[in-house]
Amino acid sequence: MSKGSPISPSLMATKSTGATKAPERADRTADHAAVVADLAAVSPVLGPNKVVPPTVMTGSQAIVRSLEELGVDDIFGLPGGAILPTYDPLMASSMNHVLVRHEQGAGHAAQGYAMVTGRVGVCIATSGPGATNLVTAIMDAHMDSVPLVAITGQVSSGVIGTDAFQEADIVGITMPITKHSFLVTDPNDIPHVMAEAFHLASTGRPGPVLVDVAKDAQVGEMTFSWPPKVDLPGYRPVTRGHNKQVREAAKLIAASSKPVLYVGGGVVKAHASAELRALAEATGAPVVTTLMAKGAFPDSHPQHVGMPGMHGSVSAVTALQQADLLITLGARFDDRVTGVLKTFAPMAKVIHADIDPAEISKNRPADVPIVGSVKEIIPELTDAVRTQFEASGVPDLTTWWAFLNNLKETYPLGWTEPEDGLTAPQKVIERIGALTGPEGVYVAGVGQHQMWAAQFIKYERPHAWLNSGGAGTMGYAVPAAMGAKVGEPDRVVWAIDGDGCFQMTNQELATCAINNIPIKVAVINNSSLGMVRQWQTLFYEGRYSNTDLNTGHDTVRIPDFVKLGEAYGCASFRCERDEDIDATIQKALEINDRPVVIDFVVSPNSMVWPMVPAGVSNDQIQVARNMTPEWEEED
Amino acid sequence: MSRHTLSVLVEDKPGVLTRVASLFARRAFNINSLAVGPTEVPGISRMTVVVDADGDLIEQVTKQLNKLINVIKIVELTSESSVQRDHILVKVRADAATRLQVTQAADLFRAAVVDVSTDSLVIEATGTPEKLAALLSVLEPFGIREIVQSGTLAVGRGSRSMSDRALRSA
Repeated sequence: MSKGSPISPSLMATKSTGATKAPERADRTADHAAVVADLAAVSPVLGPNKVVPPTVMTGSQAIVRSLEELGVDDIFGLPGGAILPTYDPLMASSMNHVLVRHEQGAGHAAQGYAMVTGRVGVCIATSGPGATNLVTAIMDAHMDSVPLVAITGQVSSGVIGTDAFQEADIVGITMPITKHSFLVTDPNDIPHVMAEAFHLASTGRPGPVLVDVAKDAQVGEMTFSWPPKVDLPGYRPVTRGHNKQVREAAKLIAASSKPVLYVGGGVVKAHASAELRALAEATGAPVVTTLMAKGAFPDSHPQHVGMPGMHGSVSAVTALQQADLLITLGARFDDRVTGVLKTFAPMAKVIHADIDPAEISKNRPADVPIVGSVKEIIPELTDAVRTQFEASGVPDLTTWWAFLNNLKETYPLGWTEPEDGLTAPQKVIERIGALTGPEGVYVAGVGQHQMWAAQFIKYERPHAWLNSGGAGTMGYAVPAAMGAKVGEPDRVVWAIDGDGCFQMTNQELATCAINNIPIKVAVINNSSLGMVRQWQTLFYEGRYSNTDLNTGHDTVRIPDFVKLGEAYGCASFRCERDEDIDATIQKALEINDRPVVIDFVVSPNSMVWPMVPAGVSNDQIQVARNMTPEWEEED
Repeated sequence: MSRHTLSVLVEDKPGVLTRVASLFARRAFNINSLAVGPTEVPGISRMTVVVDADGDLIEQVTKQLNKLINVIKIVELTSESSVQRDHILVKVRADAATRLQVTQAADLFRAAVVDVSTDSLVIEATGTPEKLAALLSVLEPFGIREIVQSGTLAVGRGSRSMSDRALRSA
């Protein structure tokens, strides 16, 4: 095995035009994959690998120059003492730096940017509190495998360890939540560390990488040359699946009468949607897409049976429970999908393809493990399946489909109108999706509105749905939408947020308004921490301990979201009646010169259904309160 | 739960020990002992980690360790195919009356007396954990004042070199 094994081109979906800004930014992710593939075969250094002869400069100039050579266009950050030297050359750079209002916003913005473009998101902060404010976003990126490079200033190397002003051991703090991290104290290390950071963040299983640069390493002189040598002897991600395992998988598929393609976020990260569709159609098997994989397979496709998990559809949850084979692609058997693990998909054999070998058999033992990129594994598996079907015949899935189609028809996703006469939040979200269409980008916060946005917006393409899946970070939506809009400026970007989430990071509306990043924010205002309230309704006898936020009907409405939006320079509306929903959304869609904030005041009593209560088997799925699907009604 | 000995080649970079130790802590794996030192290859250190875990868990431990960027190679060394040794320094009470008995006990275990004072001896011994436990039980009646023990060191039997192969493939 060689150190420089070629990297899957899909995993290096990055721009290759270098430091100059591309005139047509919206198309940049689509066309350059081939170019990048060639580059990837020869160099682990991202970007065009333009040769720069040795040049003397400061460490901070080297940071900026490295970012330019790596092909970075956009950076999100906020300066402070220990990173000040780097902000000086940044001013003269062609790169676009977006000045955020809180470092957490920079981190989530870089995530949103990475999620829609497939490129590495970059955020910068100063030492101490600046760096610790990035921690939530770094952890979020770690949980959801988002390629992110976080650059932080550190106090001068001479005073590291003395509790100097604004000193924090950010490498130590983030060690469990980064893919890797570097502390740079010698300016000569900057080019290779930067190249290594981007290589690590974007290849294999993507993730966050922290580069902490001591102030004296920024100020000191060094000799810059490019491309640097990437020296990572312990890093050799496997991208190609083992042939024999792929053939074994094909045999299981050919022998299965109840298969399910269990598709996770890895398929989106690997840009393998087209490949997935070919496999699905070759096998004829039902497809479930997890919360992180919405859009990896079109919701409208007849083989799509829904989202699995705690708030998944009955058809998807039951498909997994009843399956005799799980064809697991870039998914990780998260507890929100499996419910009580012991009772999850009890009859199923498991094929598990993932680029991270540690995910295989971590939660559920795999019968056929395949380590590699799904971008490479899926087409090989499709070929192997076709060959196997020719040899042993096409399995008959008629009974399986009859069962699943019956569930799809009997238990479609839906909602009941709230008894209090107020607007159903699901309706607002459904209308936003319907009026904006599948070309839009939808970014959710965390909670009820997130689940409804996953359920009631129809996703037809990957990279259209962003949310904080593993971490469940309230406050993700506004800054991540901002980053998504910077990455895909020609798309309509909606932040579908809750009134709780929105109050955590809405300061980035200032960033959006000032920097002409016209996102649209739909605050699904049920005047409470809705998901927590739902659990209190269901499991704590309706004792609403500390979940009332007083932003809705018959409350003091603090803050007034319309006034708040206006204060931040956003077009702001309030919508409180069903009959105004469409007109308000249309009005928002027509505004493109500034951000829009809409306060959709909705019922606090709507709940997310279906639901598998925590701590029970997925077989106990409820379609409404205390209502399980028919097969269990006699229980 | 059974005991497993892992030999881990790592890049000698700042923080690598912390990365390994914190991984064990975060994933709730139990370290029985850990020993680190340089190898014959400059820039490469070798850790010997003894872990109590059953089969599935040791596989997770190994996979998670492999994900650390500074970890180059991991080999599990079984007791049959490797030599495994602990190192111990014991300070024992020994005056003129008992000194001869103590040194004779040390001799039986091929241990060395490395420091002598009027009322104590320091004994240095190397061996398997079982042998060292036996030594301690023999010394116990004389009065043990201090024990310092290293983590287990282990090397595969035969002519193959772990670092050789790891670095060639790197």
